[in-house]
Amino acid sequence: MIAVLLAQTIAITGGTVYPVTGPKIANASVLIRDGKVAAVGSNVTVPADATRIDATGKWITPGFIDGGGQMGLVEIGAVEGTREGALRGDSVAAAFNVAEGINPASTLIPVTRIEGITTTLATPGGGANLISGQAVLIDLDGSTIEQMLVKSPAGMVAYLNEQAKDAGGGSRAGVTERLRRVFNDALEYGRRKAEYSRAQMQALSAAAADLAALLPVLRGDQPLIAVANRRSDIATALRLAREYKLKLILAGAAEGWQIADEIARAGVPVLVQPLDNIPSYDALGIRYENAAFLARAGVKVALLETDTHNSRNLRQQAGNAVSYGMTWEQALRAVTLSPAEIFGVADRYGSLEPGKVANVVVWSGDPFEFTTGVEHVFIRGREIPLKSRQTELFERYKKLPPSY
Amino acid sequence: MRRSLYPLLALSVSCATAGARQAGAPAPAPQAVTSESSSVMRPQYPTTYRRHPNAAVLIRNATIMTATGQEIPDGSIFFKDGRIVAVGARVDAPANAVVVDGTGKYVTPGLIDDHSHLGVYAAPGTDAESDGNEATNPVTAEVWAEHSFWPQDPQIPLAIAGGITTIQALPGSANLIGGRSAILKLIPARTVQEMKFPGARYGLKMACGENPKRVYGRRGGPSTRMGNMAGYRSAFAQAEAYRRRWDTWDKDHKGDPPERNLRLETLAEVLRGNIYVQNHCYRADEMALMEDLAHEFGFKIRSFHHAVEAYKIADLLAQDSTSVSVWADWWGFKEEAMDGVQQNAALNQQAGGRPLIHSDSPSGIQRLNQEAAKAMYSGQRAGIAITRDQALRWITINPAWTLGIDSIVGTLEPGKMADVVVWSGDPFSVYAKAVQVYNDGWLVYDRRDAAHQPRTDFELGQVPAPGTDR
Repeated sequence: MIAVLLAQTIAITGGTVYPVTGPKIANASVLIRDGKVAAVGSNVTVPADATRIDATGKWITPGFIDGGGQMGLVEIGAVEGTREGALRGDSVAAAFNVAEGINPASTLIPVTRIEGITTTLATPGGGANLISGQAVLIDLDGSTIEQMLVKSPAGMVAYLNEQAKDAGGGSRAGVTERLRRVFNDALEYGRRKAEYSRAQMQALSAAAADLAALLPVLRGDQPLIAVANRRSDIATALRLAREYKLKLILAGAAEGWQIADEIARAGVPVLVQPLDNIPSYDALGIRYENAAFLARAGVKVALLETDTHNSRNLRQQAGNAVSYGMTWEQALRAVTLSPAEIFGVADRYGSLEPGKVANVVVWSGDPFEFTTGVEHVFIRGREIPLKSRQTELFERYKKLPPSY
Repeated sequence: MRRSLYPLLALSVSCATAGARQAGAPAPAPQAVTSESSSVMRPQYPTTYRRHPNAAVLIRNATIMTATGQEIPDGSIFFKDGRIVAVGARVDAPANAVVVDGTGKYVTPGLIDDHSHLGVYAAPGTDAESDGNEATNPVTAEVWAEHSFWPQDPQIPLAIAGGITTIQALPGSANLIGGRSAILKLIPARTVQEMKFPGARYGLKMACGENPKRVYGRRGGPSTRMGNMAGYRSAFAQAEAYRRRWDTWDKDHKGDPPERNLRLETLAEVLRGNIYVQNHCYRADEMALMEDLAHEFGFKIRSFHHAVEAYKIADLLAQDSTSVSVWADWWGFKEEAMDGVQQNAALNQQAGGRPLIHSDSPSGIQRLNQEAAKAMYSGQRAGIAITRDQALRWITINPAWTLGIDSIVGTLEPGKMADVVVWSGDPFSVYAKAVQVYNDGWLVYDRRDAAHQPRTDFELGQVPAPGTDR
């Protein structure tokens, strides 16, 4: 962290730069100063005091952004004591912001960032919730939660899939009925806070803190991230968004390709995990081409790797999205600028442009290919040592017997 | 007779004993004394697999990756009647062969996943289809995965489209001893018997560590790892006595046969070496204990599955000739999986072991080639000189060895079964896809031809038909 505070200038020179906002630039440099991108291009003047990194033959991109998972909120999946991502027994947990559950010392963070993923969403969920709480966007560097936070909250997470049915009394129609009641109560609470305080209001369908937390969502200031997979559930999410004038983000959206035009017309972005294709009654029409078909219809798509421990496989997800119909440029945008736009941080993240936060990755080649390794990772201008608990285990056991 | 083409089939007949017959092996001539009274003398759920009749096929101008050390640029492969006839730079084929232009394409053996729960944990994933764990007793050696297997699982065509031609369908890992596995040709079929790999030995699923402890900890045990060990030892101690009783009776068939005990019958077959132990085990120290268990009772552990810490004892595992069936990068989902490293397969290869990449996942099975690629390049980047041929072996001949069918499938060599995959490009690229899959010479999948994209009953009328891609 000290490094971030130091005025430091780094020049990555001679690589092929993929700024995302424009075409690739051959034999170009990226200049990083004080944690920000200072200059990008083929005729950047490198200051004499700059630390030079030769990137000849390398590819340079913005750090990847994973719009899913529970980074920092889970250490060991099956060990409850290490899980912070879900509130039990509270089906409307709108006031639950996961930020203070994040563990900056999590071993998952170095494992992930040394493979080029520099920013992730930390998402509440995993319980039987209608509304699981507030997701936050974090950079994968920092010794405190405050240092890691990029945006908090980044969105309110709601479930409109099969998983929510229990909280909705056993029916999808019950889920929406309950959600509307909660939204209506939140609006009424917002109008009549004084009466509520004087106990002059009827009983409300959720705690006051949760209703209050929904007000920014109902004002359209904070996005509602709605998990929905069945075509009818996606349509329901769009309907709710129209009714309440919500800023909607669809997550999962397995059958989204079937109503891609409708999603595009509504201007709703979608978070997709490309390698999902196992049919269930929640999504019989799930298929690999979902991301491509949505993108082709003009929907803004960001890609996910929802296995938090393997968030690093976002690269593989993107490569497969290309295999199944996205263009390479669309896929790169879907792991950089598009998620930054969707989560409202595109003024600071998602591309290599002067003034943006210096999350920069130097790759040995095409970042989606298995042959490619990460050569350098910068988060907010700090060069990240390419070490993790896994690299230490490898070093210990690469020759047997190990020396303890 | 076609059977005799495969050396292992003959072997399995000789291995058959009264305890439990090998699938596919014909029952011996009934003994006069017992034929009418003893079920053990009758066929035990035999395979009804038959090769699908097909035209001879010549694939030419492709890069042929044989999994025998060779990668032939601009090569050809000719197969006929379900058998590979010739592989090489120049190959003669009769004029009536179907010619496939392989320009720019790659050809590999059919991929083999030695750890799958297809059919036993079928999609759509409801409780009604959850048939993988007989979690009613920590030792259920008497159950057979094939008796749960649903051939209409819609995950099967997805795996076929990923180039998979053979799977081991296993019971789950709730139990110390979970039951027999099924070695299956991955083909569209009405019954599991039609899919049973002719002549293949059964596997026995065993599980170490957290899962049995968790499932039985509050249900009578075991509740500890030492309880797990005691559970295996008790079961095999009983099986030893059972085996002696039957082996004695088998010598002359005098008097009544011993009473059948299905649980001990399977374990006795393990002790006779006729069933291979497939052992779910994560931690290095536990794997070393399981090897000692195997030494105590005189059987071999054929493979440790998941084996997330195998790299810590790769030398010991190589010594015991136990293969390791691993993921490329799964880790952290439970405590015994915390020490995963991406070089696990590579380090075991370096130590002289026999690593392979398995899926344990209906999703992962669709891209076993990609998982092998990740494991290979992770090794290479860390300075371990893994070759492309070795990485290909991780998903072909090494799993074939683990299942005991390596003399029949797993490489592209004359005489082997024509399990062949044509890839759109280098199978170790993220952008490559299987374009044609031949299983025993049968074109079971063609990405460009809807007539060769089998759909299960489940999909009809409720899962949208695929376009050119699934």
